[in-house]
Amino acid sequence: MYTFTNKLRNLSIILMVIGFLGLTYGFLTAPNTVEQANAMVADGHGDGHGGDHGAGTHDNHPVGDKADAHADDKHHNETAAHEDHHQGGHGEAHDKDAHGEDHHGEHLLHQLQNKPWAALYVAAFFFMMIALGTLAFYAVNRAAQAGWSPALFRVMEGITAYLLPGALIVFVILALSGMHFNHLFIWMDPEVVAHDKLIQGKVGFLNVPGFLIRALIYIGGWATYRYFSRKFSLAQDQADDISNHKKNFRISAGFLVFFIVTESMMSWDWIMSIDPHWFSTLFGWYVFASMFVSGITTIALITIYLKSKGYLEKVNDSHIHDLGKFMFGISIFWTYLWFSQFMLIWYSNIPEEVTYFITRIEDYNIPFFGMLIMNFIFPLLILMNSDYKRVNYIIVMTGIVVILGHYVDVFNMIMPSAVGDQWFIGIAEVGGFLFFLGLFIFVVFKEISKAPLHAVGDPFMGESERFHY
Amino acid sequence: MSSNQVIQALYDDDDVLLSAVKSIREEKHHIEEVYTPFPVHGLDKALGLAETRISIMAFIYGCIGFAVAILMMNYIMIEDWPQNIGGKPSFSYIENMPAFVPIMFELTVFFAAHLMVITFYLRSKLWPFKAAENPNPLTTDDKFLVEIELHNNEKELKALLKKTGAIDITLIEKQDDHE
Repeated sequence: MYTFTNKLRNLSIILMVIGFLGLTYGFLTAPNTVEQANAMVADGHGDGHGGDHGAGTHDNHPVGDKADAHADDKHHNETAAHEDHHQGGHGEAHDKDAHGEDHHGEHLLHQLQNKPWAALYVAAFFFMMIALGTLAFYAVNRAAQAGWSPALFRVMEGITAYLLPGALIVFVILALSGMHFNHLFIWMDPEVVAHDKLIQGKVGFLNVPGFLIRALIYIGGWATYRYFSRKFSLAQDQADDISNHKKNFRISAGFLVFFIVTESMMSWDWIMSIDPHWFSTLFGWYVFASMFVSGITTIALITIYLKSKGYLEKVNDSHIHDLGKFMFGISIFWTYLWFSQFMLIWYSNIPEEVTYFITRIEDYNIPFFGMLIMNFIFPLLILMNSDYKRVNYIIVMTGIVVILGHYVDVFNMIMPSAVGDQWFIGIAEVGGFLFFLGLFIFVVFKEISKAPLHAVGDPFMGESERFHY
Repeated sequence: MSSNQVIQALYDDDDVLLSAVKSIREEKHHIEEVYTPFPVHGLDKALGLAETRISIMAFIYGCIGFAVAILMMNYIMIEDWPQNIGGKPSFSYIENMPAFVPIMFELTVFFAAHLMVITFYLRSKLWPFKAAENPNPLTTDDKFLVEIELHNNEKELKALLKKTGAIDITLIEKQDDHE
């Protein structure tokens, strides 16, 4: 039985406090007026434009952006109009806009006001996604009747404990967006929709009540499966027959069907709709691969931590080796989907699709291609060696890179549409990450301490104990 | 000479074979060869065979294939005749790289797989019309055979093999190898 040590509890609380302060700082420093926003950007340009921002973003805007600017949405054409703004002038024929005179300043204000919200949302979604990916991996192992993994089931159940609180936090952020506390989802703004024929055509799907009801259905379904699976898993420890195991097998198979549908729709709702002019058919799979590999990596990291503390005596290096293989394989699967999405759009170069990547390559060059190194090249070269996959510190090191890499992945999915070229990994972003990291550690280890780490009743436990690769 | 005399012990069960191999090695007899109809898990470890390095070779072959793909397409598409084909940017390799990735991937896999297989054939001396080296046809069906070099210790060795559960023990005068 694991006990949640005070040291770890304090660490998680410290992380939450630091993260909370960081987020608060982000919210407090967000500009309230157009003048403030203009002043902030002017300052930023004063002290060296170099940095991560990529110099010259404002001067030579991509062709795609300009093409997009002629679409009816004001929030898109402003990116292209930025250059005018810096020359103190106005863009082309924006005067009709209801927001008043300084249209570009208005846009800038929205972007800067979105920054702390987006930092909060990216981190909240990312840690929810880890728990959800772990839940999917857990269900796959249950449904496939895997013989190696029962020794890790309690670790996985501990991680998925974060799913319900984590998903509810995401839901609250989405609900706040729906109540116009922020401007993350432009389709939630009736004024935007009024001027945007493309979004008008999607109102049947993209409307706030439907959006929130769908979110509740997803979260409800996932949490229900998680609740019952954990219940049966604990009940199996005391049982004389394997009826609980069988029930778990059935609901896991059912959950996987539900999961793949809701996960796909969740990715359209929660991520793709941030950019309501853009669509991609394999997006759901892409998000799935990202959450799956992050989940598996988290399982490996927590398993190694618990093992090093002397719990989990039944887990041997073959289990770690298997987790390493999954990290390796799913990292490549993620890259395959990333590339399939990128290459198909790059190759055909249709303006309405390609703006998505043009903004990312122009404004997010380092995170966009940097995550490929973190999520593909690094694990590919390190985890290819069979012996390395048995070495704890190599799995931990690779795992940390992969986890951070997938944070950057979510960052790249959300930030460009929320804050555009005003992005920075600053206090608010790091604060958001640390806050949810602390919360995650707190919830997960609290749950792990609630039940014995060794699921004695599982019919495959013997096989898992003797597992050797 | 005693050195071209070998003893062949036949077994009918892979578990018995494994424990026999272990006790034969404990007695410091040199096992020449073991013939089995199917892979026996743990036999290589029991025999103390060195690990294969074929995966390292496969990695190197893959790198070669990757390099071949890049050099080939860079020469053809960028250097030799950089045409404008459907607006694809052919000014430098990196600009047009996404279009080359499928070929880079396939050639990497192609080189890694085929050269590894050929390496395997060469190292295991397998080719068409090669004379089979099977000492006893039963070992392709359901029997296992251990071949041990003899050094004037026939009696002792036969007793040991009998103890390990061999169903048949034969002394063979080996023909001189065709060397």
